[in-house]
Amino acid sequence: MKSRNEMDAEARCLLGELLAKDKLTARDRASIPQQEMPSQSAGERIGNTSEVALGYTPAMARLEAMRCLQCPSKPCVSGCPVAIDIPEFVKAIAEGRDADAIAIIKRRSLLPCVCGRVCPQEKQCMKNCTAGKIAGDPEKSVAIGRLERYVADLERESGRSVPPPVKPSTGKKVAVVGSGPASVTFAVDVRREGHDVTMFEAFHKPGGVLMYGIPEFRLPKSIVEKELDNLRAMGVEIRTDFVIGRSRPLKALLEKDGYSAVFIGSGAGLPKFMNIPGENFVGVFSANEYLTRANLMKAYDTDHADTPIYRAKRVAVLGGGNVAMDAARTALRLGAEKVFLVYRRTEAEMPARVEEVRHAREEGVEFLLLQNAVRILGDEQDVVTGMECVRYELGEPDESGRRRPVLIPGSEFVLDVDCVIVAIGNESNPLIAATTPEINVDKRGHIVVDEDNRTSMPHVYAGGDIVLGAATVILAMGEGRRAAAAVNRELAGA
Amino acid sequence: MNNRIISKERLSENVWKMTVEAPHIAEERRAGQFVILQVDNNFGERIPLTIADADTAAGTITLVFQTVGATTRKLALKDVGDSIPDLLGPLGRPTHIEKVGRVVCVGGGIGAAPLYPIVQALKAAGNKVTVVLGARTAELLVFEKEMRASADSVIICTDDGSYGRKDVVTAPLKELCSAVPPPDQVIAIGPPVMMKFCCETTRPFGVPTVVSLNTIMIDGTGMCGGCRVTVGGETKFVCVDGPEFDGHKVDFDNMMKRMKAYRKYETQAAEKEAAHECNLLKMAKESERERNEKQK
Ligand SMILES: Cc1cc2nc3c(=O)[nH]c(=O)nc-3n(C[C@H](O)[C@H](O)[C@H](O)COP(=O)(O)OP(=O)(O)OC[C@H]3O[C@@H](n4cnc5c(N)ncnc54)[C@H](O)[C@@H]3O)c2cc1C
Ligand SMILES: Cc1cc2nc3c(=O)[nH]c(=O)nc-3n(C[C@H](O)[C@H](O)[C@H](O)COP(=O)(O)OP(=O)(O)OC[C@H]3O[C@@H](n4cnc5c(N)ncnc54)[C@H](O)[C@@H]3O)c2cc1C
Ligand code: SF4
Ligand code: SF4
Ligand code: FES
Repeated sequence: MKSRNEMDAEARCLLGELLAKDKLTARDRASIPQQEMPSQSAGERIGNTSEVALGYTPAMARLEAMRCLQCPSKPCVSGCPVAIDIPEFVKAIAEGRDADAIAIIKRRSLLPCVCGRVCPQEKQCMKNCTAGKIAGDPEKSVAIGRLERYVADLERESGRSVPPPVKPSTGKKVAVVGSGPASVTFAVDVRREGHDVTMFEAFHKPGGVLMYGIPEFRLPKSIVEKELDNLRAMGVEIRTDFVIGRSRPLKALLEKDGYSAVFIGSGAGLPKFMNIPGENFVGVFSANEYLTRANLMKAYDTDHADTPIYRAKRVAVLGGGNVAMDAARTALRLGAEKVFLVYRRTEAEMPARVEEVRHAREEGVEFLLLQNAVRILGDEQDVVTGMECVRYELGEPDESGRRRPVLIPGSEFVLDVDCVIVAIGNESNPLIAATTPEINVDKRGHIVVDEDNRTSMPHVYAGGDIVLGAATVILAMGEGRRAAAAVNRELAGA
Repeated sequence: MNNRIISKERLSENVWKMTVEAPHIAEERRAGQFVILQVDNNFGERIPLTIADADTAAGTITLVFQTVGATTRKLALKDVGDSIPDLLGPLGRPTHIEKVGRVVCVGGGIGAAPLYPIVQALKAAGNKVTVVLGARTAELLVFEKEMRASADSVIICTDDGSYGRKDVVTAPLKELCSAVPPPDQVIAIGPPVMMKFCCETTRPFGVPTVVSLNTIMIDGTGMCGGCRVTVGGETKFVCVDGPEFDGHKVDFDNMMKRMKAYRKYETQAAEKEAAHECNLLKMAKESERERNEKQK
C-alpha cells in the first residue's frame, strides 16, 4: 500500500495538470481515479489504537471533489438522511473554497466529523451517485463521506469552529435524556432558540455509543469530546452520573423540576444473547461489555486503567454488523492471536459498513460465513474452552427472492477458542418505559412516536435508537433535529 | 461540590463507613438499592456499593465498604471534605417490602450493611424480624448496635467463637426454620457461598428466601450484561432485574465462577495500587510533618 505522502504526490501531479485546463469535461472528471483513503498499514495498526484512516490531503480532496458531475437531479442528496446539499459542498471543495464547504454541510448536519467517518455511505449518499453508476460500482462513487470528513477536520483542527449562536434566554427549561447523537443534535437546536437545556447521562462521560461503543481506531474520542465542549460553550448543562427513571423519575422533571419538555434519546442499550448453553461461562461477553471495557474504561491502557479486560488468545465474535467488526478488531488490538467472525449468512448480507469489513479482513480476522454457534463449551471452572458450531448452505430463494441459509445436518464442529463475544444486536433500553407507564412502547420496546417525534406522554419527545431500534448515527441525528423543531414550536406557542 | 464526604469512620480493620452528600440519591433511594461510584473519572473502575442508610433532611447517604481491591482501597484513602468524582444512583429494584409476618434476616460480614435498611423497612411494615449476623471474628462484626436497635432479636455467630455463638450462620438459621410454624420469609445477604448455603438450609423447609447478589458490574443500567446470572434457567441482569432474587432459583456455582473471572488481572491492579498507596501515605505523612513544623 502507498503511503500518504506518495498518494499526495500523485494527487498533486494530476491536480496540476487538471488545473492547467480551462474547463473540465465530463470525460475529464470521469477519468480521475477515485482517491483512496490513506491508512495505517494493517500490520502497523493492529499494534496500536490510533485511527486507521488518516484523511485526505488538500490535493487529494480537491481531486476527489472534481470527480463530481454536478448532476442536476442530485441523486446523492436523496440518499442522505439529512439531505446535505452534496453537489454544492463538493463543488466548493473542487474550487478550493473549503470554508464554504463546511458551512454548507453544517446547515444540515451538526456532526460532520463523525458522520464523515461512520455513515454507511455506500448504502446512503454514495448509493445512487452517478459517478458510481458510470463506474458500475457504488464504492467508486464520489467519496462523499471522506470529503465531508476532510473539511470538518480542517475546521476543527484550525480551532476556527465556533458554536452556533444562541438567542436571548426565554427562561424555559428543556431536559434531554442521554447524550448520544440524537440527544446532542436535539440539545443544540433547542439551545439555539434561547431555551435552557440540561442533558442527563447515565455514564460518567457523555457521548453515548460514540464514546463507549465505537472504538478509538475508527472515531477518535477527542473528536467527540470537542463536539461536547461546543455544546457546553453554548450553555448546555451536562449532568453525568444521572439515570432518568432511577436518579429521578421522568415525570418529576416535568411536574416538580420546572422542565417544559423532555427529549428521550436513551439508545438501544440492551444486548441480545443467543440463548445457547454455556452463554454465561467465564469468557463470554456481550460486545457492549467488551467494547465498554476497552473504550470507555480504557482497559487497553494496562498501565493506568483499573478496569481489567479479558486477554484472550483465540476469540470468536458472533455477528456481522459494525458492532461485530469493532469487537473483532478490538480483540486483535488487545493481543488476540486469532479472531474468528462467525456469521450465519454470507458477506453480502452483512449489515456492517463495507470499509469495516475490508479493514477487518486486512487485519487478519477470519470470516466463518454460513456458520453459527450452538453451544459454548467450558471446563470445570466454567471457563470457555471452545464453541460448537454448525454449517449452513443457501437454500431455494424465498418470496423476497433471498436465498435463506439452511442447516446442513451433521455439520457440527468445535472451534478452538477461549473467548466468545456476542454481537448479534441490541434491543431498546427498557428502563424509561418500565418506570414511566405513561409512555407507550411497541412490542419490541421501542418508544412509539408521531411524525414530530412526540410520545404518548404530553411534552415528552423521543428519538434515535430508542425509537428506531439499533440504527445509525445520522438517522439518530435526523430524529433529534425533528424533535427539536417540534419542541421549539411548542415552546414558542405556549 | 457534589458527592462530598461528610464523615468517615473505620468500623474494623478493613471496613469503612462513609456519609456522602448526595441529596437527589438520598431523596429517591429505597431499601435494597445501590450506587455505582468511581474514584478516578479517567481510569477508574466503576464499583457498586449498597446504600446502607440515607438522611433525606441532611441530603446524605451512608456507604459501608470493605477494602478488597484497587477501587475500595482508593476510596478508603479519601478524607472528609474530599469528593467522590462519580456517584450514580440509586440503582436496582428496591426490596419488595410487605407485611408477611415473621422474617429472618441473615447478614454475613459486610452484608450486614446492605441488610440494615431492609430490616428497618420490614419493621416499619409491621413484621417481626430476627437478625442473624455472622463474621469470621468479633473484630469484623458490623452494624450490631444498629440491628439491636431495629430488630426484635439478634443472634451473633463468629467462626472463631470470639463473640456470640461459635458457629456459621446456617446453624441458627436451621433452628429458626425448624420452629413450628417456620418463618414466613428469609433474606440473606453476604458472601456468595454464605447465600448459597443459606438457600440450601431453607429449601427443605420451603421458606421463601431472598438473596441480594453482588456480581461484577460495569454500567449498572442494563447495557452490558456483565452482571448476568442464571436464575431459574433464565439469564437475568443483576443491575436492572435485581439485585434481589429468589435464592432457591439462583445458580450460585456459575455466579461464583463468573466473579473470579478477573481475579488475576485485579491482583495486578491491586498491587499497582498498593505501591501507589505507599507513596500516598508517604506524601500524607510528609505534609503532616510540614504542618506540624509550621505550627511550632
Ligand atoms: C459498537 C457500535 C458500532 C457502531 N457503528 C456505527 C457506524 O459505524 N455507523 C453508524 O452510523 N452507526 C453505528 N452504530 C450505531 C450508532 O452508534 C447508534 O445508532 C447511535 O449512536 C444511536 O444514537 P442515540 O442518540 O439514539 O443513542 P446512543 O448513542 O445509544 O446514546 C444513548 C445514551 O443514553 C444514555 N442513557 C440511556 N438511558 C438513560 C437514562 N435512563 N438516563 C440517562 N441516560 C441514559 C446511555 O448511557 C447512552 O450514553 C454503532 C453502534 C455500536 C454499538
Ligand atoms: C449490588 C451490589 C452491592 C454491593 N454492595 C457492597 C457494599 O455495600 N459494601 C461492600 O463492601 N461491597 C459491596 N459490593 C461488592 C463491591 O462492589 C466489591 O467489593 C467491589 O467492586 C470491589 O472493587 P475493588 O476494585 O476494590 O476490588 P477488585 O479489584 O475489583 O476486586 C478485588 C477482589 O475482590 C473480588 N471481588 C470482586 N468483585 C467482588 C464482589 N462483587 N464481591 C466480592 N468480591 C469481589 C475479586 O475477585 C478480587 O479478588 C456490592 C456489589 C454489588 C454488585
Ligand atoms: S451525512 Fe452521511 S449520508 Fe449524508 S452526506 Fe454525509 S456521509 Fe453521506
Ligand atoms: S450523484 Fe455523485 S456525481 Fe452526481 S452530484 Fe451527487 S456526488 Fe456528484
Ligand atoms: S452492569 Fe452492565 S448490564 Fe448490569
